[in-house]
Amino acid sequence: MLRDNKQSQPHAIVAAAKEAGISALIAFGLFVTLIGLRTDQGPTGALILTTRFGALATIVAVVFVGAFLRALFWRDAGISLGRLVPDRVKEVAAGLSGYAAIGFLVLALIVPILAYASRYYLDLAILIATYTMLGFGLNIVVGLAGLLDLGYVAFYAVGAYSYALIAQYFGLSFWICLPLAGILAAFAGLLLGFPVLRLRGDYLAIVTLGFGEIIRLILLNWQDLTGGPNGISGIPRPSFFGLPFTAAENGFAATLGLKYSPAHRVVFLYYLIVALALLTNWFTLRLRRLPIGRAWEALREDEIACRALGVNTTTTKLTAFALGAMFGGFAGAFFATRQGFISPESFTFGESALVLAIVVLGGMGSQLGVAVAAAVMLGGFELFREFSQYRMLVFGAAMVAIVIYRPRGLVSTRTPSVFLRERKDIPAAVVQNARTETPA
Amino acid sequence: MNPAQILVVEHLTMGFGGLIAVSDLSFVARRREITALIGPNGAGKTTLFNCITGFYKPTVGSLRLVHQDGASFMLERMPEFRIAREAHVARTFQNVRLFAGMTLLENLLVAQHRALMRASGFTVLGLFGSRGYARAEADAIDKARYWLDRVGLASRADDPAGTLPYGAQRRLEIARAMCTDPVLLCLDEPAAGLNNNESAELNRFLRAIRDENDTSILLIEHDMGVVMEISDLIVVLDHGVKIAEGTPDEVRRDPKVIAAYLGVEDAELEHVGAEATP
Repeated sequence: MLRDNKQSQPHAIVAAAKEAGISALIAFGLFVTLIGLRTDQGPTGALILTTRFGALATIVAVVFVGAFLRALFWRDAGISLGRLVPDRVKEVAAGLSGYAAIGFLVLALIVPILAYASRYYLDLAILIATYTMLGFGLNIVVGLAGLLDLGYVAFYAVGAYSYALIAQYFGLSFWICLPLAGILAAFAGLLLGFPVLRLRGDYLAIVTLGFGEIIRLILLNWQDLTGGPNGISGIPRPSFFGLPFTAAENGFAATLGLKYSPAHRVVFLYYLIVALALLTNWFTLRLRRLPIGRAWEALREDEIACRALGVNTTTTKLTAFALGAMFGGFAGAFFATRQGFISPESFTFGESALVLAIVVLGGMGSQLGVAVAAAVMLGGFELFREFSQYRMLVFGAAMVAIVIYRPRGLVSTRTPSVFLRERKDIPAAVVQNARTETPA
Repeated sequence: MNPAQILVVEHLTMGFGGLIAVSDLSFVARRREITALIGPNGAGKTTLFNCITGFYKPTVGSLRLVHQDGASFMLERMPEFRIAREAHVARTFQNVRLFAGMTLLENLLVAQHRALMRASGFTVLGLFGSRGYARAEADAIDKARYWLDRVGLASRADDPAGTLPYGAQRRLEIARAMCTDPVLLCLDEPAAGLNNNESAELNRFLRAIRDENDTSILLIEHDMGVVMEISDLIVVLDHGVKIAEGTPDEVRRDPKVIAAYLGVEDAELEHVGAEATP
């Protein structure tokens, strides 16, 4: 990849060295206190300052060499890894991408067969499916309608507590509680929607962030109803349409003539959440092709133009909030029945951030992207669990790499909802997203 | 109520704090005519548009829109989306506002949101694939195709609107406005950035809209070639005040208009004055 023109060589090397020098200087400034100095507790309890200039020098040298090589070899390419992939591989990948969704679905359906024996992998699969569903729900609000929501976990919490409380106080079955939890979460979505109708971008993000915290604090402090920090335990577990997963005579295993195994319930829960996620997916794909879905996307593209065309932006925004919240509520109800115990600790801002990261990483508005991103993020978390110390470091590095190389997410094209002659995917560069401010 | 009138503006004043953008403006736009609003920059033309289309609420005054069947709408009391869907006033914007990441066809379908929404049973019926909705969508696509043909963009129906060249984006915005079945079409500088051929084409197109589609047009324009050629009535604003009103010939000779225009350093606008001086 070196340039053919020999005469420009020394020049390029000098320029690269200069750039690398600047990078190294920045690295030195950053790390001189972070790595160069270290405080330990001495024997008397006082802090002892030790220096680690060796490690500091190593880091700065690594940065210098890395920046030097990058400046020298990748200058022309800009930041693009695409060049490193042979064209042949790209062609095959492009051919396969049409089947990616089907492949992913098939994989999702056979997971319990592959991992029947391993409770650990089944639990992980359930977790991934739950976050996929949350991602689908948030995708309606953030990806389609372009409303940046940092408090999505509030609806997850409302769904979970609705299910837990209704099931405990009224003894209703899971299948009745599930839609109720969804409806209550949708109401919470409307509640959030009204005050933020006029807000966009950063301001909307701040208010939704606050809303998420308000819900969590209510759950924490309304001790009579929610049990406060102790949470709610003993939430009824789901039954297989009336057959409980127990070793008893009238249990699921005995009725079907199977040998009792606690894995039955886990497999059932897995298929339940996959079914819910698929339902959400079907619903979203369907809505995208309906006028309401197009109005959401138009709202994301240009709200003023929408209003000039007779689109009622108030109801359009509220339906996006309410429907997104409803699916969050379903996922919450599932979470409650799976765990059997919920407390406000499960609904912190970290959850909202994780779901939002999944949506952004997946590519705003793309369903397949969200599913893949959920698998990659949560799978990645588990994969690096063994390197506990470096887990967040690797995770952070991965996020930086993604932001640099795929700033528009894994699936960065938008598929038109309708076409006259042929369906052509739209490059992300022309599509607005929740982070782009539309000037009023 | 005179059925020949489509828009009656009476004593309209729009103030922003201490700044009066439009002051005590009254005029009447007639049905099936092209009414042009001209005036130097900052004369209050776009402010007036924003009042008519409901984006601003006027401080004082009334805006009455009259349909052919006699139905009359108090525009100053309606929110903008109801002005578009009930009073059937459509508009374009000075700096084009398309849905850049959506295809041309999708842009024109969003303009038919109201009808499609009703056909889809407010989403409920559409969700389960009702036949009525499928039919309504096919009709909407036909209408979109008709308007794409009219503006010569049918071959690009499946491309994103953001990738169109500027002139084509302006035409698409007009097509999108027409898809709302307007009785009054408000165009904010439709000829801005167009070359001579394109603005001649635009003239033909606007006349065709007026004559064939039964739509009256309200036009803000700086391109005097367009204004003088196609307008039936011209209203001249300066600093928010109406200084003249009449046919192109009358306005061209009006000394107040010449004075207002000669006051600004703009070659294109001085042209009007030059023409009018004997």
